[in-house]
Amino acid sequence: MNIKDFLKENIDIGGWVEALVDWILVNLQPVLDGISDVIGFLSNGFEDILRGAPPELMALILVALAWWRVSWRFGLFAAVSMLLLFGMGLWAETMSTLALVLSASVVALVLGLPVGVAMARSDKVEAAVRPLLDLMQTMPPFVYLIPAAIFFGLGKVPGTIATVVFAMPPAVRLTNLGIRQVSREHVEAGLAFGCTERQLLWKVQLPLAMPSIMAGINQTIMLALSMVVIASMIGAGGLGNTVLTGIQRLNVGLGFEGGLGVVILAILLDRITQSFGERRGSGGLGGFLRKLIGRG
Amino acid sequence: MTDKIVVENLYKIFGPDPGEAFDLMDQGLDKDTIFERTGNTVGVKDANFAIQEGEVFVIMGLSGSGKSTMVRLLNRLIEPTRGSVKVDGHDVTKMSRKELIELRRRDMSMVFQSFALLPHRTVLENTAFGLEISGADRAKRDERALSALETVGLKSNANSYPSELSGGMQQRVGLARALATDPSILLMDEAFSALDPLIRTEMQDELISLQQEKARTVVFISHDLDEAMRIGDRIAIMQGGEVVQVGTPEEIVTNPANDYVRSFFYGVDVSQVFSAGDIARRDAVTVIERPGVDVNSALQQLKRATSDAAVILDKNQKYLGMISVDSLMEAMKGEGETRYAEAFLKDIETAGKDMPLTDVLSMVAAARWPVPVVDEDGRYLGVISRKALLETLDRTG
Repeated sequence: MNIKDFLKENIDIGGWVEALVDWILVNLQPVLDGISDVIGFLSNGFEDILRGAPPELMALILVALAWWRVSWRFGLFAAVSMLLLFGMGLWAETMSTLALVLSASVVALVLGLPVGVAMARSDKVEAAVRPLLDLMQTMPPFVYLIPAAIFFGLGKVPGTIATVVFAMPPAVRLTNLGIRQVSREHVEAGLAFGCTERQLLWKVQLPLAMPSIMAGINQTIMLALSMVVIASMIGAGGLGNTVLTGIQRLNVGLGFEGGLGVVILAILLDRITQSFGERRGSGGLGGFLRKLIGRG
Repeated sequence: MTDKIVVENLYKIFGPDPGEAFDLMDQGLDKDTIFERTGNTVGVKDANFAIQEGEVFVIMGLSGSGKSTMVRLLNRLIEPTRGSVKVDGHDVTKMSRKELIELRRRDMSMVFQSFALLPHRTVLENTAFGLEISGADRAKRDERALSALETVGLKSNANSYPSELSGGMQQRVGLARALATDPSILLMDEAFSALDPLIRTEMQDELISLQQEKARTVVFISHDLDEAMRIGDRIAIMQGGEVVQVGTPEEIVTNPANDYVRSFFYGVDVSQVFSAGDIARRDAVTVIERPGVDVNSALQQLKRATSDAAVILDKNQKYLGMISVDSLMEAMKGEGETRYAEAFLKDIETAGKDMPLTDVLSMVAAARWPVPVVDEDGRYLGVISRKALLETLDRTG
């Protein structure tokens, strides 16, 4: 027997992964149910709010946000975009997608930011987490759909979870990077005045890392949006579903309309979230967050 | 004077295996060789000195001499490898985390070269940082921060952000932040090095006047000898991690320990360092006026010494005046017994012993005769001749 056959018979990564999945299904069902409940609550909550509200009101809020945070020109662009969405009859789908993006981003940030902080504070944690992040980012995103569907069935919950896995890495990476980039003298100043580790983190490192962290949050949201079309394959719904239907029926028009909806949402989310990351004195969400955590 | 900070046998080795570095150090190898063989960097090597309460102690050296490491060993931002640092008798190197934090909050604060202000906080909030960290309530910390800002002249900028201030103003905030906790020790790491020369001088003066109001123990790191001479009560000079000399500015300039120390003085403006008393020499002929002693004896003395002028003192060494051979001969032509007073040279000005050399320079340049130097009580200390002055400038310049 040659070495190739030996390896082929004895190394069965696919089989191991299946065994692991089976084991989880059998032994960790309560955990899976718990996760499913939390994510379901979150994504249903967002969807109820966004789709439940009168479309005109929601549109108005989005336009106002674009105007206030970016510029009147961008507000105008947002207004035209809203009209397009209504015209294409894709309002409900757009709101579903937005709900999915928001709930996945919230989960990704809640999990990712602390991991980023832990990475920044320990070289060992960084060495351990870094390859995992590489794996999460380079694995073709379709692959996440399989375990998500096996563990959580079809629908919004597995869609959200697959999106979380795919979208989390930039938030982790940029939080880590932001904290590590805080200058040595700033850290020394904190310590020299008698900061504890915790005070150093909350009063010096996090506020100074905020622009980088905000960039990470922006990237996470954009990645979540790009996962939406893929997640629709396991029934996440929304604009992705429209695109998917277009593909299945070879309906160019429908596919384009769905795609345009995603693009519009992407531009709006990108510009608006970016505006919160800019240093505008003490204004904006970044400034607000910095104030919130930097003082008191 | 009591010792505020006592450093004994202090070592800092950076790198994988300090023990190995110690072995090589015992064999007398230098920093570079030790790094080549072991990959360990000797940051500070066997430092011993005491800093007195209320003095400005400057630690000076070129970059890489270990001076920044040294100051961080004092508040243990860098962990010492061996040795002890005692502050008020308590060994900082043996303190627990909690004691160390207490020490930093209460007794020591630090001013940084790059200011290290927090950009998201206002000037007031930056100044109150140390108080906030130690848990002071808002009203108290605002009050003390405002008074610290007033001390540095920035009270009206309390609500500005650091980015709105010039470099000099930002460092004033850095200083106010350090003063706000009212520490007994100020550590200043190249605090004024990033400022332009004019502002730097201004800040040095400010520090000196602050010291006059309330003398804190200041440990000041600098690579600039002019600065060290200006503000330092004593100076420690570091070279390759070792403290090679500790002394007053005068001691170091007049008696440098080695060529490295001497090399600092090239380009230094010695006229700032020395005062008239430092360079006055007792090499002029002196005559003590006593009743019954003839003026002829003075003439003989002058001739023997082949000198033109003599200084006349009373029996308590008080300066009375100067005479020259010519003025004395002139006076002797008169009737009766000649008194020295008749022969005193006119327009001789005396220099006080604390007069800066800059002022002495112009006096000596304008005077025909050597300039006599006297102390506060009018006692004669010596003269400064042109020749002696030029020699002083040449020796150190």
